[in-house]
Amino acid sequence: MKPAEDTPALVDIRDLSVAFIGGRAPVKAVSGVSLRVRRGETVALIGESGSGKSVTLRTMLMLHAAKRTQLGGQLSVDGRDVLAMNEAELADYRGKVASMIFQEPLLALDPVYTVGAQIVESIRRHEPVSAAEAHARALKLFERVRIPSPERRLAAYPHEMSGGMRQRAMIALALACNPKLLLADEPTTALDATVQIQVLILLRELQQELGLSIVFVTHDIGAALEVADRIAVMYAGRIVEEGTARELIHAPRHPYTIALLRSRAHGAMAKGQRLVTIAGSPPDLSKLPPGCAFAERCRWAEDACRTQQPPAVEIAPGHRARCLRTEATSEAPSPP
Amino acid sequence: MQAPVQKPLLSVQGLVKHFPLKKDVLGRGGGVVRAVDDVNFQVLPGETLGVVGESGCGKSTTARLLMQLIEPTAGEVLFDGAKVGSRDLPLKEYRRQVQMVFQDSYASLNPRLTIEDSIAFGPQVHGVSGGVAVARARSLLAKVGLEPTRFAGRYPHELSGGQRQRVNIARALALQPRIVILDEAVSALDKSVEAQVLNLLLDLKDEFGLTYVFISHDLHVVRFISDRVMVMYLGEVAEVGAAETLFETPRHPYTKALLSSMPSMDPDRRTLVAPLAGDPPNPINPPGGCRFHPRCPKAEAVCGQVVPSRKALALPGVTQGVACLIHEPGSGHTLAALPTAQEAA
Repeated sequence: MKPAEDTPALVDIRDLSVAFIGGRAPVKAVSGVSLRVRRGETVALIGESGSGKSVTLRTMLMLHAAKRTQLGGQLSVDGRDVLAMNEAELADYRGKVASMIFQEPLLALDPVYTVGAQIVESIRRHEPVSAAEAHARALKLFERVRIPSPERRLAAYPHEMSGGMRQRAMIALALACNPKLLLADEPTTALDATVQIQVLILLRELQQELGLSIVFVTHDIGAALEVADRIAVMYAGRIVEEGTARELIHAPRHPYTIALLRSRAHGAMAKGQRLVTIAGSPPDLSKLPPGCAFAERCRWAEDACRTQQPPAVEIAPGHRARCLRTEATSEAPSPP
Repeated sequence: MQAPVQKPLLSVQGLVKHFPLKKDVLGRGGGVVRAVDDVNFQVLPGETLGVVGESGCGKSTTARLLMQLIEPTAGEVLFDGAKVGSRDLPLKEYRRQVQMVFQDSYASLNPRLTIEDSIAFGPQVHGVSGGVAVARARSLLAKVGLEPTRFAGRYPHELSGGQRQRVNIARALALQPRIVILDEAVSALDKSVEAQVLNLLLDLKDEFGLTYVFISHDLHVVRFISDRVMVMYLGEVAEVGAAETLFETPRHPYTKALLSSMPSMDPDRRTLVAPLAGDPPNPINPPGGCRFHPRCPKAEAVCGQVVPSRKALALPGVTQGVACLIHEPGSGHTLAALPTAQEAA
């Protein structure tokens, strides 16, 4: 299951920055994200609202309005420079190399076409196949994502399906042209618990069957641990810690990751005990401090943290934390 | 902790809410959504009753029925022994004692009122003088962790989601209620903010001697905050019990499935097979018999025909009640015990 270290990266992001302009001050949603995703690897980006995880993901498909977005750094997928693509190149790239599934399938699917027609359209946009052939492929996809009575469901409109079924249909649509990279933006957040686990297991199985690379954005650590090989934790537009799922849950080293894991009302917590909280709230992205953005909420912060951007410290091969105090945080009690 | 003799503060009997569906132009359709069907439960003074279930299970409809925001189709709500809406307990007096906090912190505040005015509004309606109401609003703002000198004059859009939810909690407490119904009150908040608000709720409960009805789809949060938990499925109560007992030894197959659907939190022990297939069915035409039987791994033919008894759910003082034929002696399910002599008689 683990891809070897030398597998070439499918996604290579270097020092990516995304700022939205047009307001009073530019909003620095992403400032200097570097991330590599190998072929056949699932990476989860986790963080709270405004941490830049969805913006990073959407930039990989160039979904932001070009006029109001300032991009910097490099972003290549499958050897192609995504930031330099023109509209025609992007149209070929989207769906064929990388495709995305969204949190709310009812909003992402077109309400006036059947889901079958939407899949057929997507296949025929990218490949010179007949409508009948495309339909047969759509049927196969529906079987693959385990939609019961697939023939009948292909003829259904999005509103006629249940939430879990719609999310499966959207996964089928995203996989229609055999992309190498699947981008998932909170794909299970809107689903009920018993359906969420079904979709997570499906994503995991598809990843293994098809050798996909998946970038999975979520605020739910539990969902991330269920599917991801590696996890990157984002805070205020930066990846503050990155490592294997195991390292992140058992030996987190960035103060934010530690606090996030400890603040969960997890089942193992004793009754009546107070939750460990992170004081304050995330910083305003149009007024980011010069130093570490987490410093003002951090119990380990020193003066140096407030003046300089902490570099990424390599804790173990592949496990990095952007923190000046990783010596101190190693002694933090491990999260429950 | 729950002595059998303890008088319930809130008692819900045979609560039913059916929403009629519109017929189309050809007169087809119609029918009803059975959002809540014969729900019975009690809330004891000083406890936190957690209500969990998936979308469409009727948990939010139950909350709205408790507040009398919608009229029940049948059934009644007794507060402190008096029927809500009767001459003994007019609706206005009841609503002073039972307050609610909603999920959407922004939609539940008037955008044209400062938060101080929003909090002081309720008491003034109930006859408290303006000066006293504003003083109370300021002291409540301090209690929920918003410094009055900085925040009292602000409008809802000037606050973060967590701060707005604190304002909503302060507003609910302004009438000095005995019960607060929290309907997904922390679900829209980020995890780190959610933890702050949960701690606040625990503190306020101690300080004001409150009773909570805490509705959420997040099982971790419900387990953390609740004394007792009620599990709902398709408009009915499946199981109710002390929080620890119910989470440690769930008895209803649905509760078991719901609990094992929670992510494992351990990359080395991932869930390999989903406990349930498919989505929760539509409450418009719920299945007959036990409503869970089409998805239940333990279902037998009898489950499609016989409605499980709800007797065990509403008994005062029981630690765990369940509506399932497996746990009903003599029900005909092969896993059920045989009827005892006195039950057969």
